[in-house]
Amino acid sequence: MRWAFLARRLGFYLAAAAAAIGLNFLLPRLMPGDPSSAIVEELERVSGQQVPAETLMSIRAIFGNPHANLAQQFADYLRQLSHGDLGVSVVNFPVPVADLVWQALPWTLLLVGTTTITAFAIGTLLGVVAGWKAGSRLDAILTPFTTFLSSVPYFWVALLALWIFGFVLGWTPLSGGYDADLPQGFSLAYAVSVLHHGVLPAATIVFSAFGGWLLGMRNMTVTTVREDYVLLAQAKGLSPRRVMFRYAARNAMLPSFTGFAMALGGVVGGALLTEIVFSYPGIGYLLYESLQKRDYPMMQGVFLLITLAVLLANLVADLAYVLLDPRIRARG
Amino acid sequence: MLKSWKVRIGLSILTFFVLLAVLGPVIGGDPRANDISSISQPPSAHHLFGTTQFGQDVLAQTVAGARGSMLVGILAAAIGTLIAILVGVPAGYFGGAVDNGLNFFTNLFLVMPVLPLILIVAGYVQGTGPFVIALIIGLFGWSGGARTLRAQSLSLSSRDFVLAMRMIGEPHRRLIFFEVLPHLTGWISAMFLHGMIGGVMAEAGLAFLGITDSGSISWGTMIQAAQQQSAVLRGLWWWFVPPGLCIALIGTAATLVNFGVDEISNPKLRQARRSVVVRARKVVEA
Amino acid sequence: MSVLTVEGLTVDYVSGERPVRACDDVTFELRQGEILGVAGESGSGKSTLITALTRLQRPPAVTTAGRIEFRGTDLVSLNADELRKLRWTSLAIVLQSAMDALNPVMRVGAQFVDVLRSHDKTLGNKDAWAKAADLLGMVGISADRVRSYPHELSGGMRQRASIALALACGPELVVMDEPTTAVDVVMQRQILAQVLRLRRELGFAVVFVTHDLSLLLELADRIAIMYGGRIVEIGTAESLYTKPRHPYTRGLRDSFPPLRSPLRKLTGIPGSPPDLRNPPPGCPFHPRCADRFDGCDEQRPELLTIEDHADHTVACRLYPSGDDQL
Repeated sequence: MRWAFLARRLGFYLAAAAAAIGLNFLLPRLMPGDPSSAIVEELERVSGQQVPAETLMSIRAIFGNPHANLAQQFADYLRQLSHGDLGVSVVNFPVPVADLVWQALPWTLLLVGTTTITAFAIGTLLGVVAGWKAGSRLDAILTPFTTFLSSVPYFWVALLALWIFGFVLGWTPLSGGYDADLPQGFSLAYAVSVLHHGVLPAATIVFSAFGGWLLGMRNMTVTTVREDYVLLAQAKGLSPRRVMFRYAARNAMLPSFTGFAMALGGVVGGALLTEIVFSYPGIGYLLYESLQKRDYPMMQGVFLLITLAVLLANLVADLAYVLLDPRIRARG
Repeated sequence: MLKSWKVRIGLSILTFFVLLAVLGPVIGGDPRANDISSISQPPSAHHLFGTTQFGQDVLAQTVAGARGSMLVGILAAAIGTLIAILVGVPAGYFGGAVDNGLNFFTNLFLVMPVLPLILIVAGYVQGTGPFVIALIIGLFGWSGGARTLRAQSLSLSSRDFVLAMRMIGEPHRRLIFFEVLPHLTGWISAMFLHGMIGGVMAEAGLAFLGITDSGSISWGTMIQAAQQQSAVLRGLWWWFVPPGLCIALIGTAATLVNFGVDEISNPKLRQARRSVVVRARKVVEA
Repeated sequence: MSVLTVEGLTVDYVSGERPVRACDDVTFELRQGEILGVAGESGSGKSTLITALTRLQRPPAVTTAGRIEFRGTDLVSLNADELRKLRWTSLAIVLQSAMDALNPVMRVGAQFVDVLRSHDKTLGNKDAWAKAADLLGMVGISADRVRSYPHELSGGMRQRASIALALACGPELVVMDEPTTAVDVVMQRQILAQVLRLRRELGFAVVFVTHDLSLLLELADRIAIMYGGRIVEIGTAESLYTKPRHPYTRGLRDSFPPLRSPLRKLTGIPGSPPDLRNPPPGCPFHPRCADRFDGCDEQRPELLTIEDHADHTVACRLYPSGDDQL
């Protein structure tokens, strides 16, 4: 029955992915005006020449074709997508959007992936401790502080951090993801520069994100600690550490994992804004550029990718949940 | 409810900002006036919060920004809460196929990264005023609330008194409006508060990306202007610190209220309050 | 010889403006291998008594006075480490709902293994699992169930598993908190029979707390009746059943159908249990008592031994200085 649960979740995410693709298809067609003509005009203005027939086809497939009905358009759109074709960037003409996105993706995965996991781990751990010792001095300091922290906009924390550590103290570079003077590749100097540039953006994301996890985990732990099985574990004379982790935290974590879905979108969104503050060469910065310069193809491509990535991360969280909660079988 | 200090402090801060938003134009001075004699000046007696690169008074801008940000926040929360009620309550009340459909829809919006979605839509309708921005934020930010309301009305509608009234043929409309909804007011107001913070934050994010109407003043546009003029790299901290701090304060206030309300409704959390623990320890030591 | 001597145990809840006294001057004694039943309505302080006895209470509950002497050591004065050594090897507990008392994400066997190994460092993992299977077998659960999760067992099995768990380290005293309320009557009888059999074989003493007096009449050697945080009567099961002294005990006896003897007319007790936040002055039962007389709302009766019945004490002004007038 565990498999039934998995199959249902998988089905949901497939439907969600289909919805995301459908949304991506519909959005430009629902918007006032005719984005595809606007894009073609813009391309011709930028490049100073007529858009080749092949590019025209691709743009119409993605952003709307005044000469075809919606069903036909959707078929064209899907065919286009299946080739990995997301259109051509207006700003970086004639570079395909897919190429730009693939270039930026590793940076974002590195930054957002590691920081999300780190923030989740730190927040969960501190939340368990604060909830276990609820009402203690640690809890009385940590919880209000993180309440404040979880209400602060990510990009504002990023600005502050940049000002303090980059400008005032001069410890970290002020922008970028690597030292532009170094050749890109697997050299030690390059790796060090990547770390040096990444540490501050990463630290600000972790700093802004862990509070949310902490608060949720703290309250779940406070509630779980008063469950009978934790009481019984204490009555058994197990070591406090074992009671805290194997009994209280282990169960308190489960809703936190379910909440992962709801929080992940926010964390990714916040992380994207952080990239912008640091001019970090990831997806967020790409999105920023495309919004600033009305590069619709790039906007759409980035959105599709982010959505699919978030859905995938959620699926992984669901899989982990099945491993963590044996009762899933009964419910499945 | 006012017994909890968390609720009291949270509500005080919120009231303060609402008053600021309402009375701002009267007390704050002209946020757009350029004082050429003081450009990029740090806080002083003349300009308490300092001035921007354009010689505008940061205090006046922060006060004016309260109106811009709160307006979007409250509008977005109203729209989001309304949708959450329309989707969540019928799903929980009717169950069955209605629930399956609406719940799928809710879960869909729950797992979608909302900010990028809002960005894209706002990107297409660029340069729009606060009303359109609030509409977009509200339209995409209702899913969490709908989920809560669904769960609550599900448990409500399976209670004896609702079941009994259903049996005697009371119309659904009447039951929903007079029996189910009144029991949900606590949840709905918490949701509204949550939505308002979400709205203020999302507006700030959108403004930061330069998507909102550049003519309007909000805390987000202030931070964006500071970022555009490289305020960080020039050390003009007084330009971007106040608006961010205001956002954080409002967010903290709302979280405090929600925490306080949680403690009132969940006795387990109430027992974990510091005052209780300290009192217990004192009794033991005495 | 007594296993447990409780003297003047008083527990307050300190969360509100004024402390709420949930256990008030509770005193009793438990002999080796004896089953003491504690009966009372909800709100009588019996659950508070359990967490206080086992030293498992959390704020806002605080033991403000009294001693809990277990084999000569006062549990109230022990620190956490000393207490932990005593737990389960000497003092075990069975909670009301086994569904809630077993960790839902751990295999049943693992919940035996961790306690076995934490109290016996020399015990290997494999031996511990084998011992867990033996313990389950002792309450009639087949050995292959050690690998099950709690939700995979039936309600009765879970409850029996919790009893087996309580006996894992050979305790001298097992505190049981209504362990049969969550199961049907047939299962209830099986479990009680098992408790009696195991007690006979292993010789542990039991404090059995329940709201169901008729059940105690079958099971317990002696019975204590709690009302409003106080013990109002203690006696042997026999004498409490045939000759309950306290008006409350009488009311309680007459409001439950007896398990074996022929049916009597059932009568309830009018009124509701006292509000502990605002206890009535004098005898806590006087507002509901049909036999009250002048002074019951002023003087608080003490527990006194009834003349010629050394094993029967009662706190009621109908029996001044132990005169047995009824």
